[in-house]
Amino acid sequence: MGQIELKGVTKRFGDVEVIPPLDLHIGEGEFVVFVGPSGCGKSTLLRLIAGLEDVSGGHIEIDGQDATDLPPAKRSLAMVFQSYALYPHMSVRKNIAFPLKMAKADQATIDAKIENAARILNLTDYLHRRPGQLSGGQRQRVAIGRAIVREPAAFLFDEPLSNLDAALRVNMRLEISELHQKLKTTMVYVTHDQVEAMTMADKIVVLHAGVIEQVGSPLELYRSPRNKFVAGFIGSPKMNFVEGPEAAKHNAHTIGIRPEHINVSATEGAWKGTVGVSEHLGSDTFLHVDTEFGLINVRGDGEIDLHSGDSVWLSPDLSQLHKFDAAGLAI
Amino acid sequence: MSTQASRAAARLMISPSVILLFLWMAVPLGMTLWFSFQRYNLLMPGQTGFVGFQNYEYFLTDPAFFTALWNTLFLVGGVLLITIIGGMLLALLLDQAIFGQGIVRVLVIAPFFVMPTVSALVWKNFFFNPVNGIFAYIAHFFGFPAYDFLAQAPLLSITLIVAWQWLPFATLILLTALQSLDSEQLEAAEMDGASIWSRFIYIMVPHLSRAATVVILIQTIFLLSTFAEILVTTNGGPGIASTTLTYLVYVQSLLQFDVGGGAAGGIVAVILANIVAIFLMRMIGKNLET
Amino acid sequence: MARKTSNRRKLVMTILAWSVGFVIFFPILWTIILSFKTEGDAIKTPLQVLTSHWTFESYTLVQERSNYFRHFMNSVVISFGSVILALIIGIPSAWAMAFVPGKRTKDVLMWMLSTKMMPAVGVLVPIYLMFRDWGLLDTRTGLIIVLCLMNLPIVIWMLYTYFKEIPSEILEAARMDGAGLRSEILYVLTPMAIPGIASTLLLNVILSWNEAFWTLNLTAAKAAPLTAFIAAYSSPEGLFYAKLSAASTLAIAPILILGWFSQKQLVRGLTFGAVK
Ligand SMILES: Nc1ncnc2c1ncn2[C@@H]1O[C@H](COP(=O)(O)OP(=O)(O)O)[C@@H](O)[C@H]1O
Ligand SMILES: [Mg+2]
Repeated sequence: MGQIELKGVTKRFGDVEVIPPLDLHIGEGEFVVFVGPSGCGKSTLLRLIAGLEDVSGGHIEIDGQDATDLPPAKRSLAMVFQSYALYPHMSVRKNIAFPLKMAKADQATIDAKIENAARILNLTDYLHRRPGQLSGGQRQRVAIGRAIVREPAAFLFDEPLSNLDAALRVNMRLEISELHQKLKTTMVYVTHDQVEAMTMADKIVVLHAGVIEQVGSPLELYRSPRNKFVAGFIGSPKMNFVEGPEAAKHNAHTIGIRPEHINVSATEGAWKGTVGVSEHLGSDTFLHVDTEFGLINVRGDGEIDLHSGDSVWLSPDLSQLHKFDAAGLAI
Repeated sequence: MSTQASRAAARLMISPSVILLFLWMAVPLGMTLWFSFQRYNLLMPGQTGFVGFQNYEYFLTDPAFFTALWNTLFLVGGVLLITIIGGMLLALLLDQAIFGQGIVRVLVIAPFFVMPTVSALVWKNFFFNPVNGIFAYIAHFFGFPAYDFLAQAPLLSITLIVAWQWLPFATLILLTALQSLDSEQLEAAEMDGASIWSRFIYIMVPHLSRAATVVILIQTIFLLSTFAEILVTTNGGPGIASTTLTYLVYVQSLLQFDVGGGAAGGIVAVILANIVAIFLMRMIGKNLET
Repeated sequence: MARKTSNRRKLVMTILAWSVGFVIFFPILWTIILSFKTEGDAIKTPLQVLTSHWTFESYTLVQERSNYFRHFMNSVVISFGSVILALIIGIPSAWAMAFVPGKRTKDVLMWMLSTKMMPAVGVLVPIYLMFRDWGLLDTRTGLIIVLCLMNLPIVIWMLYTYFKEIPSEILEAARMDGAGLRSEILYVLTPMAIPGIASTLLLNVILSWNEAFWTLNLTAAKAAPLTAFIAAYSSPEGLFYAKLSAASTLAIAPILILGWFSQKQLVRGLTFGAVK
């Protein structure tokens, strides 16, 4: 239960091809995250899987069966929307019961499943409330509750945390991860936030203009990005890219080095520069250093006593150097 | 949110209204068009047949047509003038800080909800009546002879009645527009040293002009078919002094039973209304995009 | 930013606004006053009218002589019947246009509106003749049909503007939850849109209640609603001011009250969303 297979799936809106033919396998029980910049087609892809949009070409199989022409209700998938999409005129209990009512479950089953979901999601005390009387996090949990009572083959999440404040986002991230561990159901999760992708995913699918740039585990993507786009998108702060003679020294068109893989010294090193902005967080220090290759971001552990205007020497850790050819592909 | 299934469902759901409205518009209009080329008088059932543009010729060359056209223009123009200017002033007044604003609003809006036959009869009997009407008492009080409004100035009297009914509509819409004006804009202008007068001319008037256009167009559509007020006050008279196009067509078709002639008049009315409608649709269409 | 207005100015404006409001409302007020007078008192000078004694007799007379109640019921049945019918036809259409917009949705909407612009006299004769042949003249059914079609464009437009404000994600969620089209519209959309649907109902009932072209031309006695009933007072015999006032007050009171509740919707509904 919970395998999804996309074969040559294409989507056009009018003449605009938002998703060129695309193949993807989502394994049973996997937590798969679609990540990519805004407008790259993540939601569209998710909605194609959900059946809320028709594919313009190709096939979608769910658990080995062709689901391309099935209506959303028949795909045994549940979806959690960015805006939560709770029914404002129904109590929390009725919201969660709705999919069961639609499936014509009997009242005893409905009650049992609601109790269970409410317990898992800490909603027991709120069942009689309307969505309007809940906080953002609680609404999010109701939306998830509505999804889990159906016991779907897979959950689809479309940027479910983007309407929450930062602290709550971290909490909900954990809760969703825990839920996945508990239920072991396939989850497909869309986000533009690479931190969410890195922390939650078993498998990350990096999308760019409707094209899959790379598929892999978070660490695979971090360690061996297949191209410049993935290298720049995964990891925070962003990877530094240097072109020209300095790159040629390493037999590459472009070299990339992550901010955390650069050593800083006040006295010696490979590249000389001047500190522009310095950010001191206590746990880390971020330096924006002006060098002859342009601005280089550096991240150091703990406190580094360097400030705006100071001269520094930077030494990239050569074992962590990424090399790219002229087309942007990793060498 | 569009899959083939939902699009098919959508078409299915729209079709009843589209079909009904199409029938409602096309069938009678087609029949009117057909009748307009026929000799067809309900009093002379035997004499029917195609007469080409004769009905139009009669209708359009009838002196009554020109009177009716002029009367229609007078009525529509007069009501528009009164309601737009009056509505603008009233809206500005109601937008001020006053005590009991809600109640005043309720009082001002009330005439719009009065059915046309009631307002026409109320004005005709309680106000315009030369013997018992309030205006007659006022005239007597100041030593003037009573003025028989509906006999001596029938069209103007009807215009006043209709304007009374539509003044609330214009006021309400202009007030709504006024209240949607960003007060920061006005404050910015004030900071820039604009006087009250120039703030009114350069900021409020342009802002209200859109709403005013909507008022004009919508009222015109409704005013072109003013009927009950004429029927119960003057019956289009004296003579044809207060007969409008709508009323003329009604007289010709349902009182004189000249279906052919009435139909030709109806088509003329449709054409005139469409000229107004095109402007209105443009306005609303533009609004749909934003 | 509320600015402090001087009390003097506020007082002057208040007096001015109340005076204007009073003048505009006066015809209605006067009608109500006359309805509580005897016929003899009702035609006296205004001052005498105010000081003469008050009575309910006109109301009783109106009901006894002309069977006011039957016409009132006709008005209720015709206005509510036509609007409810229009809602039943209009809700699915508005759903379709708001949530499954296509390339031609805008054209369809504009076309629907254009049917509203057709002057009634243009189709008076054919409708009259058809109604005569089908036995619909002077029937409630006939008027319900005509007024339903008259109001359908406004009903659809108003519903459309209200539905547009409902996020389509909620309907999609219902779809994911296994709701069919019927459940989606019946259990999710309609309850959410209740305020909008109620406003639509209200405004269109008001319009139907006061409609005075078709009601006057297509009814005689049996199905005549209040508009036509009142029109019969235009050629009266004898003293009738008090009775006309009583009948008028009864005819406009319900709608006046409904109308005051629907001020806001009125603007939005009658301008087809162009002014909000
Ligand atoms: N219904 C639609 N009609 C036309 N274009 C659309 C529609 N939905 C999305 N798009 C376009 O498809 C692209 C991908 O959109 P989306 O999948 O929402 O991106 P993401 O979720 O990754 O931010 C965007 O360029 C968007 O403008
Ligand atoms: Mg998206």
